[in-house]
This record gives sequence, C-alpha cells and structure tokens, in this order.
Amino acid sequence: MRAMAVNLKHDLIGLGGVVERNVYLTRRYIWWDLAFFVWTVANTLTIVFIAKGIEATGGSIDVEATTTALLIGAVVWAYLGIIFEFITETVAWERWEGTIEYTFMAPLSRAMHLGGSGVFAVLYGLVRASLLFVVVAMFFGLSMPDANFPAAFAILLIASVSFFGIGMMTAVLPLISPEKGAQLGFVAQGLLLVVSGVYYPVSVLPEWMQWISKISPATYALRGIRGSILEGQGLLWANVWPLIVIGVVSIPLGLAVFKRGEIYAKRHGKLKRSG
Amino acid sequence: MQHVPSNVPAVEVRDLRKEFRRRSRRKPDESRFKRRYRTMPALRDVTFTMERGECVAILGQNGSGKSTLVRLLSTLLLHDGGSAKVFGHDVFTDQRAVQRLVNRVSVEASFFKKMSAAENLGYASRFYGMTSADTKDEIPRILERVGFPKERRTEPMENLSRGMQQKVALARALLTSPVLLLLDEPTTGLDPRSKLEVQEFIREVRLEHDATILLCTHDLAEAEVLADRIGVLDRGELLCLEPVDELLARYGASTLEEAFFAATGRTIEDEVLDEDDEEREVFA
Repeated sequence: MRAMAVNLKHDLIGLGGVVERNVYLTRRYIWWDLAFFVWTVANTLTIVFIAKGIEATGGSIDVEATTTALLIGAVVWAYLGIIFEFITETVAWERWEGTIEYTFMAPLSRAMHLGGSGVFAVLYGLVRASLLFVVVAMFFGLSMPDANFPAAFAILLIASVSFFGIGMMTAVLPLISPEKGAQLGFVAQGLLLVVSGVYYPVSVLPEWMQWISKISPATYALRGIRGSILEGQGLLWANVWPLIVIGVVSIPLGLAVFKRGEIYAKRHGKLKRSG
Repeated sequence: MQHVPSNVPAVEVRDLRKEFRRRSRRKPDESRFKRRYRTMPALRDVTFTMERGECVAILGQNGSGKSTLVRLLSTLLLHDGGSAKVFGHDVFTDQRAVQRLVNRVSVEASFFKKMSAAENLGYASRFYGMTSADTKDEIPRILERVGFPKERRTEPMENLSRGMQQKVALARALLTSPVLLLLDEPTTGLDPRSKLEVQEFIREVRLEHDATILLCTHDLAEAEVLADRIGVLDRGELLCLEPVDELLARYGASTLEEAFFAATGRTIEDEVLDEDDEEREVFA
C-alpha cells in the first residue's frame, strides 16, 4: 500500500514535470504562438464570413445565429487541434529534440507522461479557444444575449477527457512512423469533426455517417456548446452522459493502444532520436 | 543512492540476442507488392556479469552492437532471446524497478535546446520523483561539481558548446543517483581538455557514488585508464571480457590496439566493410 502511494506520488511529480516543461517551451516560443494565433483568427474569419456571404447571395438566414454557430464550430475545431497537437507532440517533439530515449527510460508511467501533456493541452487550449472566440465575436459584433457561458465551458471541459483519450491513440503514430506519424494526428482530427457537425447539423449527413457521429465526443460537445450559447441551455444530461461514457472507454483504450505502439517501437528499435 | 541488494551481481546478461528486421531490396523480377524482410543480428548471444562498483569497458567499431547493448539495458529495446538482469531485476519484465536504478550518458547530449541547463535538469529529475524543492539546491550543487559555470545556468542549451552540454548530460545522469551508469561514447567529439575533465569526473563518480559503470567506447586509451575489465564486441559478438593485462596476454599483444586487431582482424577505426555492417550501424 505504501509502495503504491510512493509510486503515485512520483507519478504525479512526473506529470507536473511535463506541464512545467510545456510552460517553459511555450514561454520560449511565445512569438510563434502569437503568429499561429493570428493565422487561426484569419482562418476562423474565412469560415464565419460564410453566413454573411449566404445572405449577400440572396439566401434567407438568421445571420447572427448562423455566424455564432459557425464560430462555435471553428473554435471547437481549433481547440481540438491544440489538444491533438500537444498530445501527439509528446513523442514527436521529444524525438526532434533528441530527449526521447531519456524520457522513455525514466521510471514514469505512460499514463502520467501523456497525462502531463493532456493537462497542459487542456489549460492552454481553453485559453487560446476563449481568446479566439472573444476576438472573432468582437469582430462581428455578436451580442449573444442568452448565452450560458459557464455551461458551454463545462461541456468543453467534460468533452476534453474524451478528446484526450482519442489524442493518446494518435500520439502513438509518431512512435510507429517517426517521419509522418505526427501529421496523421490532423487526419484523425478532420475525420472526427466531419462526422460531428462542425459547421452543419449532423442531420444533413448520410445515415451511415450519422451513426459514426454517435461515437464522436465532438458531436455532443458541439451540440451542447451551441445549445448553451445560442439558447442559454444549462448542462444537459443528454449531452453529458455520452461524453462520460466515451471518456471512460477512450482513456483506457488510448493507453492500451499507446502501450502496444511502445512495445512495437521497442521491438523494432524506433525509440531513438533519429527514428 | 538507491537501495539495492548486495548479494546479486550489478548486471547479469545471459545469451542476450537482438535482431532488427529490414525490408530487402526488391529484385528486378519480383512483384512491386511483394514484401521481403531479412533480419540483421545486432547482438548474438552476449553473456557477461558485472559486480557492484565495477567499471567495464566494451570496445567496438561503429555498428558493433555497443549502443544496442546500452539501449537494451536501459529498457529502450526489447530482446529477441536470452536474459538481462540489473541488481536482480529482469530488464524486460520489471522495467520500472530497473529504470529507477539506471541512468545513462550517450554520445549526443540531447536536451530541449531552448531550455536552460537548470530547466532541463529540473524536467529530467521530475521523472524520478524529485520535486522542485528537492532540486532547488541539488541542481546548482551538481552543476558546480561537473565544472559548469554558475553564470551560464539560465542560458539556453543551444548557446552552449558540445563540451558544456556533455557536462550537463553527466549532471543529469548523476542527479538521479543511479547505481548503474551506462556511458555510451560519452567523450566522442569532445576537445582533449573536455575529454579529460569528463574522464576525471567519471573516476570521481565511481569512487564517491559506489556506482557500477558500463562504458561503451571506441577510444582504446579511455577504456584502458577507466575500466577494470575490457571487452571486445565485434559484429554483435562479445569476443572476450578480461582485465587489460589478461587481454594483452591472451592475444600476445603489447598494446590494446594490437589486441583489438588480433581479436577482430580489423583496427577500431576501420570503416564498415559490407552492406550488413552498414545496416547494423544504422540500427545499433
């Protein structure tokens, strides 16, 4: 029992170490972060302008509501991108810097190692996503009088658990394929969002895609956040329970997938700096 | 210093085998979709034992399997046969216990280049359960001990010379008080002065920390001055492992260089000879 407590304490210190390292690196690359933020704002604007474009070409829509719905989609897309990027880079960045061997030979459980990246990614992602939302909303002068922001924030946090679980599965890709694995994380992000109704209701998708959307946490996150911001909904159980179930399944599944990948990498000599 | 049992060898390796699989070149008449693989033996039935506090040097050319041996013992590779134990713990089934006892210094210092020496050491030490309170005084103390200038502790690693970076790498390994230190060509590429400083420090560590040291190198002089016993690893085979005088006597040689040549038929600086050697070098 005591040994377990000591192990857990060491693991939590290790988790803190990963967070601490990411804080240092974010501070060092802060100007690059700012540049990427500008790019994300520009990218989001191109999407959100679509609502005004439809109106200008004769379409009849509620421009403010559509603009807000598109903005929420773009912000969730950006948030998911940050989560996947950080978790996937847990391996890719270490390999690039050459520290991968030292990290993987250290007595730290993989759950805590990846968990450290996940915790930082969620904190950093929430700050970036909130800033993005505020900047673009101000640009369009969106009022959102009924918005329930605490509920929207809570649903994003709950969904983050599932995003983290799926992120762990993509984090294994740079272990297996050092050259191209990191980019495959973007493929997973795109596939997840295309079935989740990122810029459109899930009901417009073909039926088979609608079935897949049911196992995507982004579906419930987008539905819940749109409900909270556009209609002032609270934290609806109908959105929360699927996220909890997906989270409970995806975390151990993500860990198991990563573990398999690590064994493969150790067997084939891929755990080294040059790949 | 970690608590380790005193009645077991520090390292016990028996018939250790490691192979890497590589896709073969397609023959002109073969289908584009047919994949053929061949195995490249990196270690062939390597057997040896190290006692606690001993320093053993393994000599070998590039691609001889030295790094593969170090990476197996540091739990970064899985074996294909045989066994390896560190202070009685199985390297492949009891990895976490082994990881607590082992640290290494390799030819590449390997740090987050934008982070400072102190930040890098702090990061590495967290994985061994050391809090910032634990390392607040310990990091400056250990950096001072390896001769790292105090005023450069907060400078990014990318601004430091190779020699300085290697000193930080030594500090990183020592910070976790390993009882088994794996040194994989720790002085390769260093200028003569840095090389001597690192070697002096290795001697000091051994005396003061009671650490067991496995030194893999192709520097014959370094092996001779630091090690109690010297082994020759050639194309994955451990040809011998003896004190230097016995090694010289066995091959009727007057220098280690002559003994190495007599054992392998090549000098230690020889370039790789054939395609197999070249591929072995890539993996090992």
